[in-house]
Amino acid sequence: MSLVCVENVSISYGAKTVLSHVSLSVDPGEIVTIVGPNGSGKTSLLRTIIGAVKPARGRVTRGSDVRLGYVPQRLHIDPTLPMTVARFLALPRGVAPEAIGDALTQAGVPDLSKSQMSRLSGGQFQRVLLARALIGKPHLLLLDEATQGLDQPGSAAFYRQIESVRRDTGCAVLMISHELHVVMSASDRVICLNGHVCCEGTPEVVASAPEYRALFGSGTMGALALYRHDHDHGHDHTEAAE
Amino acid sequence: MMLDDFMMRATLAGIGVALAVAPLGCFVVWRRMAYFGDATAHAAILGIALSLALSISVFAGAMAIALLMALTVNLLTGRGYAMDTLLGVLAHSALAFGLVAVSFLSGIRIDLMAYLFGDILAVSRMDLLVIWGGAALVVALIGWRWSALLTATLNEDLAYASGIDPRREQLVLTLALAITVAVAIKVVGVLLIAAMLIIPAAAARPLSRTPESMALVAAGIGSVAALIGLRAAYIFDTPAGPSIVCVAALIFAALSIAGSLRTSAS
Repeated sequence: MSLVCVENVSISYGAKTVLSHVSLSVDPGEIVTIVGPNGSGKTSLLRTIIGAVKPARGRVTRGSDVRLGYVPQRLHIDPTLPMTVARFLALPRGVAPEAIGDALTQAGVPDLSKSQMSRLSGGQFQRVLLARALIGKPHLLLLDEATQGLDQPGSAAFYRQIESVRRDTGCAVLMISHELHVVMSASDRVICLNGHVCCEGTPEVVASAPEYRALFGSGTMGALALYRHDHDHGHDHTEAAE
Repeated sequence: MMLDDFMMRATLAGIGVALAVAPLGCFVVWRRMAYFGDATAHAAILGIALSLALSISVFAGAMAIALLMALTVNLLTGRGYAMDTLLGVLAHSALAFGLVAVSFLSGIRIDLMAYLFGDILAVSRMDLLVIWGGAALVVALIGWRWSALLTATLNEDLAYASGIDPRREQLVLTLALAITVAVAIKVVGVLLIAAMLIIPAAAARPLSRTPESMALVAAGIGSVAALIGLRAAYIFDTPAGPSIVCVAALIFAALSIAGSLRTSAS
């Protein structure tokens, strides 16, 4: 039984179609990563799953008791809005103080509950966002470029945290990332998106797929030495986004 | 009976408005919609003119037009014009149409100044009822939606993921703003309503660690400004509405300076 099921979904903004006929599903406990170039519809797909975007066609179904935890791409808190970490985690429904402590510990920042959100560093901020997503004990964690603005060691540490969260809680993870080499080694399944699903499978399969190579070239594969295969035929993507 | 005293009625009216605008003013500051309050208030002049022409209650007329204005802005945002351009067009044209409409009302003499700057000393018992009723309604509305509004203010997608529709929350805020404008016209007038929304909330910022405390402190500052402002207006024979705003502005200045001194000392 899948946690969430995207069936044949198309999304348009005005006359512009950003996604066409995308289908995917996420099963309990698996880590699925969506990769794709800028403008490939990754964020739109995630926003459709949380209900922020209505698909033009197709449908998104999720079990009635499936809880989502969402970590947005970026979050700007206006400096005029005073907000402690603890208060932020308790939004919108209010939670027990112990749950706040647990979630912060799980996200790797146990001592921050009394800090002001505006005083946090980039890495602390992302972990607090993660803690907020974890506090409702989600079945499915959705992350949209959650390591944006972190340096390489910072984002590597962040993804190790995600793996340990999955190990401890058994939740499934669906994430978007541009850091292919870091993310792919931690994923069970990779979906390569460019207006449509180009290819999907285990990291090894996707990394060697001609469609993936056509999008990212073999140049980005340096750090992906583990998955390097030499397929040399082309794959034309110029009309993929239409 | 204490309500017989016009100073007592004015004080109660001022405090009623201060309490209603405090939580709303915080959202106006956090969401950077300061100009939105201005625009709604300007539109209310048109509502006043229409209600005098149709002989309906000024409160109802002002509220209807303020509401219409707010809904129009809600509807038109994100359709090609920047928010401030849109508000500028709507606010000033509503004000102009309002002033033109007033000039047609030859049969009735109306004191436009009273609506531009408020006439808190002329507050009647009936007005007091409307002000406190409206204030209670606004505070109840904002209190009921508080957490959802706060989540939607932080981030729309975060709201969606929690099952909150941010557009609906925006509508609640807009509705509360329209009621507030209609209620506060008599007290501070059209031109100074935005000041009462923003100044106490901004003054409360350096003293607050959570959104809730900021709203409470803003209510306190607004009430103190109303008390002192009215007293000062009585002593120095100055216009009451502007005097209240002046006191609020002085409190803002004092707290800002104290806040920055404390920050640089630590």
